[in-house]
Amino acid sequence: MIGIEHYIVVSAILFVLGVLGIFLNRKNIIVILMAIELILLAVNINMVAFSAFLNDLTGQIFAMFILAVAASEAAIGLAILVIYFRGRGTIAVDDVNRMKG
Amino acid sequence: MIQTIAFYLFAVLVIASAVMVIMSRNPVHSVLWLILAFFNAAGLMVLVGAEFIAMLLVIVYVGAVAVLFLFVVMMLDIDFAELRAGFIKNFPLGIAIALVLLAELVLGIGAYRAGAIALGTPDGMAAPIVGVSNTEALGALLYSDYIFLFEATGLVLLVAMIGAIVLTHRKTAGDHRGQQDIAKQNRRNPNEATVMKRPTVGEGVEL
Repeated sequence: MIGIEHYIVVSAILFVLGVLGIFLNRKNIIVILMAIELILLAVNINMVAFSAFLNDLTGQIFAMFILAVAASEAAIGLAILVIYFRGRGTIAVDDVNRMKG
Repeated sequence: MIQTIAFYLFAVLVIASAVMVIMSRNPVHSVLWLILAFFNAAGLMVLVGAEFIAMLLVIVYVGAVAVLFLFVVMMLDIDFAELRAGFIKNFPLGIAIALVLLAELVLGIGAYRAGAIALGTPDGMAAPIVGVSNTEALGALLYSDYIFLFEATGLVLLVAMIGAIVLTHRKTAGDHRGQQDIAKQNRRNPNEATVMKRPTVGEGVEL
């Protein structure tokens, strides 16, 4: 019998894989953005699983909002990536130090 | 029985494709594995009866976000081999942090299973109505209790769209194509902008 624990374990593994992806591909910002999408997917799985097992639709409503925010984040991130590439000719994140932050 | 098999199939595939997303050498392959991961996550959601979110995941993520990634990866001429240079160097640190995170999550799940914290029971306000499809129940809730949050989400998407257009719009000196000239627009009057014609039957209009 599949319980909520199974879903939490899957989403926890997915979340950890997303964080690992950010660390492993520190230079390639495209893969970093994809890893962020994986993290948000893990959060969504958690939301939907709890919503289903607690018999409360609020989790699914918020999963939709997370989906919308993830989509806009990807759009803005890729737009920044495109103009950065236009100006510098590379997307290596290590070289991003123009603002000396 | 078939639910168990389907769950383990989707779960194994979603985790395997997530591993391939972060491990594959070519970002194009990463995007394709990401699409597979989203499909299987949608399958996981269908299994618990959240078919609307599952379809949304397929349409929004696979149809829009993944294709956006694919476009960007293929449009930019990037030397990906150079970007992978730090992969081996970052591996021990990444694994260490991932293991710490996983241990914490396992601890949290164990505490949840032990029943240490009472989650509380839902008050029944948002409980799905019996005999109504998931999509209909979600719609009834979304357009009543969460209408302002829903509209705020629309604003977020609008701002993101405007932001993406403003960021990527190329401005070149002397070339004003595609840019508004407010003064020129205000100077226009109907007499020079429109012409009156009376075409005869069966003939076109010469402009």
